[in-house]
This record gives sequence, structure tokens and C-alpha cells, in this order.
Amino acid sequence: MKKVIIYEIKGLYRDHFRVTGYEFGEGKEAVCIVGSMRGNEVQQLYCCARIVRKLKQMEEAGKLAAGYKILVIPCVNPYSVNTQKRFWPVDNTDINRMFPGYRLGETTQRIADGVFQVISKYRFGIQFTSFYMPGEFMPHVRMMSTGFEDQELAKQFGMPYVVLRQVRPYDTTTLNYNWQIWETQAFSMYTTVTTRVDKKSAGEAIRGILTFLNKQGILDYHGHDGYHSCVVRDVDMVSVRTGKAGLFDPLVEVGAEVEQGQVLARILDAYEGEVMEELRAPVDGIVFFMHGEPLTYSNTAVFKLVVREE
Amino acid sequence: MIETVTSIALPADETLFIRRHRIEPEKKSGSEKRISIVTGIHGDELEGQYVCCELARRIMQKRENLRGIVDIYPALNPLGIDSITRGIPAFDLDMNRLFPGCQDGNMTEYLASRVVQALAGSAVVLDIHASNIFLTEIPQIRVNELHERELVPLAKETGVDFIWVHGANTVLESTLAYSLNSTGTPTLVVEMGVGMRITKSYGEQLVDGILHLMNRLGLWEGETAAVRRPIISKDPDDVVYLNAATGGIFVPDVKHWECLHKGEKIGQIIDPLTGTVLNEVIAPVDGILFTIREYPVVDEGSLIGRLLCKKACGDRWEEK
Ligand SMILES: [Zn+2]
Repeated sequence: MKKVIIYEIKGLYRDHFRVTGYEFGEGKEAVCIVGSMRGNEVQQLYCCARIVRKLKQMEEAGKLAAGYKILVIPCVNPYSVNTQKRFWPVDNTDINRMFPGYRLGETTQRIADGVFQVISKYRFGIQFTSFYMPGEFMPHVRMMSTGFEDQELAKQFGMPYVVLRQVRPYDTTTLNYNWQIWETQAFSMYTTVTTRVDKKSAGEAIRGILTFLNKQGILDYHGHDGYHSCVVRDVDMVSVRTGKAGLFDPLVEVGAEVEQGQVLARILDAYEGEVMEELRAPVDGIVFFMHGEPLTYSNTAVFKLVVREE
Repeated sequence: MIETVTSIALPADETLFIRRHRIEPEKKSGSEKRISIVTGIHGDELEGQYVCCELARRIMQKRENLRGIVDIYPALNPLGIDSITRGIPAFDLDMNRLFPGCQDGNMTEYLASRVVQALAGSAVVLDIHASNIFLTEIPQIRVNELHERELVPLAKETGVDFIWVHGANTVLESTLAYSLNSTGTPTLVVEMGVGMRITKSYGEQLVDGILHLMNRLGLWEGETAAVRRPIISKDPDDVVYLNAATGGIFVPDVKHWECLHKGEKIGQIIDPLTGTVLNEVIAPVDGILFTIREYPVVDEGSLIGRLLCKKACGDRWEEK
């Protein structure tokens, strides 16, 4: 294991801002794994920390194939992690909206550029990422439908789901999108949560990544193969939206199989406790995403269901 | 007349309203053109607040001159303005990346779609921004090159100092202005002043300009103040960006909108801990500083200013 500084800028009153990477093996740039890019992405940080430890042990045990290099960057934004801010401390910009970056641009553009110069050389790119809405997910691998994506490859992680995301205008500045455009096979890894640690789903994601690396001949790992991934397009998922604002009272959990008409949650009046609304499943499905806050606004997609085929 | 454009219930005993002030001529023909003034998409940009109020006051004072409908929307993001939040609080989302919105989308997308619906069909929309808390801008209008032909003639009548025609950019496709411009409602994006402050003189300048534009469009009769002839820049090479070479505290030595010669000092980046100057910020070319950093703390890369090259300034260039 080699600890390297990927990018660094001088702080005024703080320690230098450093993006630190861990290299395993020598040779062709094979896989790059990126963790927390926003200050609240704690689960993402935790997953990478466990991967660094595991790869270190495997390297010492001679389980890495010769001729390949693996790079793990647990955190691209320690300044925000350490101040518990989601975005860049001074100007509140999101590094994951700055790719491919610009060497002569503003601070977060420079960071994105400095990191991308290094990580765009890799054949595979895996990013632990988070959704803009607070909530829990079924663990999955997500790819953008840029035309360069390869869903068969994504299945090698053996995660329960592979989600193909239709590209929106604002996606074009994310790491995942730019990786693909610059010919890295890019995957976003979603575990259940973001702001706290979920060991079980972290373990599943790590197993998925090690399985993938094994199938690509990059390391020698023998865990169980995981799932036959089900491939779904994000646009085919069925959203269940609130009609009212109030307390959110869920009656199911992520991963539950639900039937058409089943009550998934109730919205309670925040002052009087009365049930204002029952949210029912519009189809037979599996709860793929669920809102994670005790309060909800109206018109909010509090559930996303994968339709169950008969 | 104060009208509610859209409203939505919040969780704890509160309704969010987006409201507008509609001013109509005393005698209506039924075929009046309409101008819409909107501001407050970014909750920390307040320069437009004074413009909204002053424009309404001046029109009401001489309402007999009014020949069209004036709609004033002072707060497209009321929760943001109230909580000193640039984006939409709780969602951590830039409202100006949500357009055209979606009737069946989440709360923010729903609000965005109702706003677009209300504004569509205006003869012209002015979307007034105030840079951000970091930078001060000379009153200017920014135009996407895709809509240059329709917008530059309108922008010239608004009395701003500068019209900046910039390249197309995918990310900007989700702005209010892009949504409206691409569906046939001409929309001018005004940037002026600085976040969290009101610069009264800029507000007066823009109100004069809006009345002048209304006059040109047949919405306002009678005297209007003479407006400035703006500098128009279309060439990306006209604008030079000054980014901080190092983190520190930026202290300016020049005034905003000053004609600077190559090599002239713009300011310093200092280190108060050691009492030293870390970097001298120097004008790399002859030009007018149309953007200058207001907020002293800089990281490496932070924008310190933008210079408009002398060759683009025409007769607005004045030798000191
Ligand atoms: Zn703005």
C-alpha cells in the first residue's frame, strides 16, 4: 500500500486541504474507488475505509494480480467533512457538480480537475455516492445511460439491482458522467444510507466490489457471488407522492414486497395527529427508495417502487 | 392588486405563497402587453427588492401613463429570502436549476412550473439577480448566445452598463431564463450589485431603464430618463478572469468599474497571522474591472475579479 497525495492546496488558518489516495499493486491503472465527496457522506467514507483495510491485507497476502493498480480515495472533501457542511465551506459549491474541472478556474473546479487528471486514467471507476433527497435505498449499482454504459459489467457486482439513469442536463458535470465520457467504465454504488453508518449494507457493497475485481482478474477473492442483479431503468420506477404535508409515518421498510392498494405510509396532521392521507401502492412492487425524514412536504416522492413482473 | 400565483401547505401550520403585484392601466383595452419583473430566485440576493418597490411606486404615481400590464414578483423563493439561504431551504437546491419544473414533480418542481406558467406570454421578463455574497457586479445583462438576436435589442434599452453575450452551456438549460427564452418569452437576466446588500444607485439606474424599455415597447407614455449606452461583448476573449493565486485575505486597492492599465495593482492577498503579503493582484491587460471581490476570505482559485479588455470598451474607456 502506498499513501499518495492526489491534490493539495494551502489553507489560510486550516491545515492544507489534501485529497489523499491509497494505491495497491503496480502496473496498469485498473480500478479507482472514490468515497465521500460531500461533507455528510459518512457511510461512503466508512465503506472506503473498510476497503482500504481489506486491500492492504490482501496485498500483504499476495492476493492482488500482477500488473494492475488499484486506487482508493476515501474522501475528496475533508474540509467539508470536518466542518459538517455538505458542500465546500467558503462558497457552498458541490465538487460533484464541477467535473471534469478546470485547472485555472475556481477552487472546487481546480479540485475536480486535480482529482480527475489522476482518476480518469483508470479503466473502471466506482464512486460511493448519495442521493439529493434524504432517504434509504435498496443497495444498487447505478450507471448513466450515456451510450457508453455496459450493463453486463454492472451485473458482475452481484448487487440486488442495477439502475440505468436517464441523463439530465445537470448530470453532465458529475464525476460518473465525465468518467464515462472520458472512457472509464463508471459505476455509482448506492448503499442504504448516507449520514450514518450501516455496517450490513456497507458489507454488501464491499463484497460486491471485491467480487467485481475478482471477476475482472484483478484480485483473488472468494466470497459468495451475491445476487442475479435485476436491471431497471430509473424512469420505469413508480413514485408514490404525498398530497399533504405533515408527519411521515411509514408502515413498510425498504426492500418490502408490496401489493397494489396496500397502505405504505400515512401522513399525520402535525398539530392534531389525525390521519390526513394514506399513501397506497399503485402497483405490485418492491420498495426501492423510502423518504428518511420524520416530516414531509407535499408533492414529495416518498417512495419509489420497482414494478414486480408476474 | 396583489395576487397569489401559487401556494402550497408546509408541514407545521404554514402556507408558502408566491405572490405578485399586478398594476394595470386605468382604462383597459383588453389587448395590453405585459412586462414581468421577477427577483429573489436566490434568497441571498436582495438588490431586486428595491427595484420592485421603486418601480411600483413610480408607476402608481403616474398611472395615467401606463399602457400595459406590469407584474412584479419580488420573491420567487420566499423561504430562502426569509432564512438568508441562497437555495431552497431543506432541499439544498438552487431554484435556478429546476426550470421549467414539473406540474407533477416535487414541491420545488411544482412551484417552478407554476412560475413559468404565470410568466409565459409576457412581452418581456426581467429576472434580477445580485451576483452573490462574494462579488460585486456593475449593472449588466447576460445573454445566452442562442437568444442573442431577440434579446440584445431589448437589453440595450434597459440602461445597464454592460451586455455580456456568453456561450451556450448544458447546465444553464435548467434556468428560468433559458426555459422562457426557449419557449418564446424573451427574458433578460440582470446581474448587479452584491448579495445581502442593496445598492440604491444601481436600483435607481435599473428602474429608469425599465421605464425606458416599457416606453419603447409601448407600455409607458411620457418622459423617461435618458439611459446609458451599454458596452456589448460577444467575444469570450474580451473577458479576463482573475483567480486568487493563493488562499488568504483579499484587500482591494481600486474601485469597481475603474479603467486599469496593464501592470496596475488591483489589490493584495495578505496573511494576518504572519503579517505578510502573500500575493499582489495585478491587472494582466488594460481593461475595466466590471466584477470585483467583495468578500475578503479567498481560497486558492477564488474569483477576485473580471476585466473587460480595453478594445471591447469603446468610448466607455476613459484615460485617468
Ligand atoms: Zn442569482
